[in-house]
Amino acid sequence: MYRYDIHDQTLVDERVAQFRDQMERYQAGRLGEEEFRPLRLQNGLYIQKHAPMLRIAIPYGMLAGAQLRALADITRRYDRGYGHFTTRQNLQLNWPALEDVPDILAELAKVQMHAIQTSGNCIRNTTSDQFAGIANDEVEDPRPWCELIRQWSTLHPEFAYLPRKFKIAVSGAAQDRAAIQVHDIGLRLWRNDDGELRIKVLAGGGLGRTPMIGDVVREDLPWQHLLTYLEACVRVYNQFGRRDNKFKARIKILVKALGIEEFRRRVDEEWAYLKDGPQTLNQAAVEAAKVHFPEPDRRPVAASATEAFDKLRSENRSFARFVTNNVTDHKVPGYKAVTLSLKRREHAPGDVTADQMEAVADLADRYSFGEVRVTHEQNLVLSDVPVDELEALWKELDALGMANPTVGTLNDIICCPGGDYCALANAVSIPIAQALQERFEDLDFLYDLGPLDLNISGCMNACGHHHVGHIGILGVDKKGEEYYQISIGGNSTDDASLGKILGPSFFREDVPGVVEKVLEVYVAERHEDERFLDTYRRIGLKPFKERVYAQQ
Amino acid sequence: MPSNDTQTEVVEQTPVHVDHLIENGKLAAENAWCVSYDAEALPEQRPAFVPLALWQANQDDNELAPLLTSDTELTTELGSTLKGASAIAVDFPAFTDGRGYTIARLLRERYGYTGEIRAVGDVLVDQLDYMRRCGFSAMALRDDQHPEDALRALNAFSVRYQTDVEERQALFEKRLTASH
Repeated sequence: MYRYDIHDQTLVDERVAQFRDQMERYQAGRLGEEEFRPLRLQNGLYIQKHAPMLRIAIPYGMLAGAQLRALADITRRYDRGYGHFTTRQNLQLNWPALEDVPDILAELAKVQMHAIQTSGNCIRNTTSDQFAGIANDEVEDPRPWCELIRQWSTLHPEFAYLPRKFKIAVSGAAQDRAAIQVHDIGLRLWRNDDGELRIKVLAGGGLGRTPMIGDVVREDLPWQHLLTYLEACVRVYNQFGRRDNKFKARIKILVKALGIEEFRRRVDEEWAYLKDGPQTLNQAAVEAAKVHFPEPDRRPVAASATEAFDKLRSENRSFARFVTNNVTDHKVPGYKAVTLSLKRREHAPGDVTADQMEAVADLADRYSFGEVRVTHEQNLVLSDVPVDELEALWKELDALGMANPTVGTLNDIICCPGGDYCALANAVSIPIAQALQERFEDLDFLYDLGPLDLNISGCMNACGHHHVGHIGILGVDKKGEEYYQISIGGNSTDDASLGKILGPSFFREDVPGVVEKVLEVYVAERHEDERFLDTYRRIGLKPFKERVYAQQ
Repeated sequence: MPSNDTQTEVVEQTPVHVDHLIENGKLAAENAWCVSYDAEALPEQRPAFVPLALWQANQDDNELAPLLTSDTELTTELGSTLKGASAIAVDFPAFTDGRGYTIARLLRERYGYTGEIRAVGDVLVDQLDYMRRCGFSAMALRDDQHPEDALRALNAFSVRYQTDVEERQALFEKRLTASH
């Protein structure tokens, strides 16, 4: 993975010193609340409901074992011994003390980490495919490109005070696992008939209170122009994005207001000046970035090992369940990627204790070249496990409570921190996730339902991506009471779509029952092997609506 | 666009004059310029930054210079008109309004403006580094800002990844040069 050189290290060290100075001025009253706000946000620091919250950047979800250990140590020394992985592949600390934050940032810098631009109206952490570099269907490893974007966007002098936050996601595979269609800018790396790398650029996607699918700004951008083209896009947004109403300030509103043709025209006009300028990439610069993402030194795995693995799978039902749900094929024969489930009833989705972080770091060292990935579904991945070690890994994960064989099922809920932690939330979300996991814990039932994304957000800011859940649940506030609105039909992958609201919202205690009715309709109506999403697309909202709102 | 209507009303009678001016990375001994937001009448003081249209209408007055609002759209025509200005002020109606950074960059990088570009309005210590990198050569600090904090903030970073008005070689290029 990417290793800092002297320049990267100096930058994060200087950033820590800068923030320490800002914090001191704030505490001494020389820097007002309003003035301090964007400065702390651009260092990941929120003032939350019960305590400050610190969001730590995990660039495109890549973590080294040593970094995970440092995070465990930080959560013990400065927090309550656990952290929360987010839908943007970052890690949040829920209980740091305000005055400790400069020290925490200094600790992070020691292991080549930071919290730069994890919040605020700026370009945020670039996210990507958790199976980058190992996926069967990959055209180009997105990580070197993400790193180039990370560097370009870090402390960009022109774009620190954008109208609103700005999120970029990159996919380099046939299947989109990075939700690029619901980002401010989504990038897809692909190759043309001559084998040349091209970039499809989408703009104006996003969730929040006005969810939209991104439009194509450019189909075939030659890779050399990635940074200058991004600069043109963000510059147009900086100049023309709305600043009068924060709910209409995202780039999607601008793209919609101008129309994609006019938006494209303005970007191209701007780009004409920037194109071939000093930020144009060349082969050597890209190669230098790629050097950081080498193929690990994988030992050859005998074909007999794969046979033994297949045999165990056919004989051991529990192992088979784990493999079916949590193990993903690898581009190298004999290797698999393993998803560690962070969805257990006793913890909020995405939460990990310090002990677990250390244990995962240890497993990563022993089974997967010391690297861990964070997924936008709030799980962890060990990307390079030889098949002859899968059984041993599975047993160790099981002992840690991280082998829950439910990845991709209804139980694998995406969920924001919600009203239990977040100052913005209208309603709690974690207890909803827990109630659902309790109601639907029978594995055979979950498997029978097949792939099902259930996403929960505690408010319309949509951190839990409810719009793109096959089933989406949104906490709403009505005269001080918590209610839940349920939508169905959302999807964040290639055939992205936004969910449609079933109808009037529900009391908290009724949510599991309503979800159950929705599932009953699916089970009754589905054709053989038809996914929930496809059944919904075939039969529409009406049968679900009728069942859910039927008079008793 | 009348984005600073309220400001116009407030300062109509008294053009803004700030004490602390950062010029070319140093605290300036004095600040001769006043900034007038009044779109109708010229201020009495000289030299003065006045709204763009007023400056254009009074080009014979050498002691006037244009004040650009943050929503100014820098067309090619305007870019070339501004070349004749002795200095240009760019207004920050609120420190969270980041349009002024783009305006300064365009003036320098696209229109080749070499005179003083001054940030005025809601100009805070912690913006100065980005402002300088975008081409501002002078920043008139908001009254409550401490000049010593400003000088420290200006020198917070010795590394940058991107190219900007000051730096014409991206770090990825420098690394390549260094490794050969």
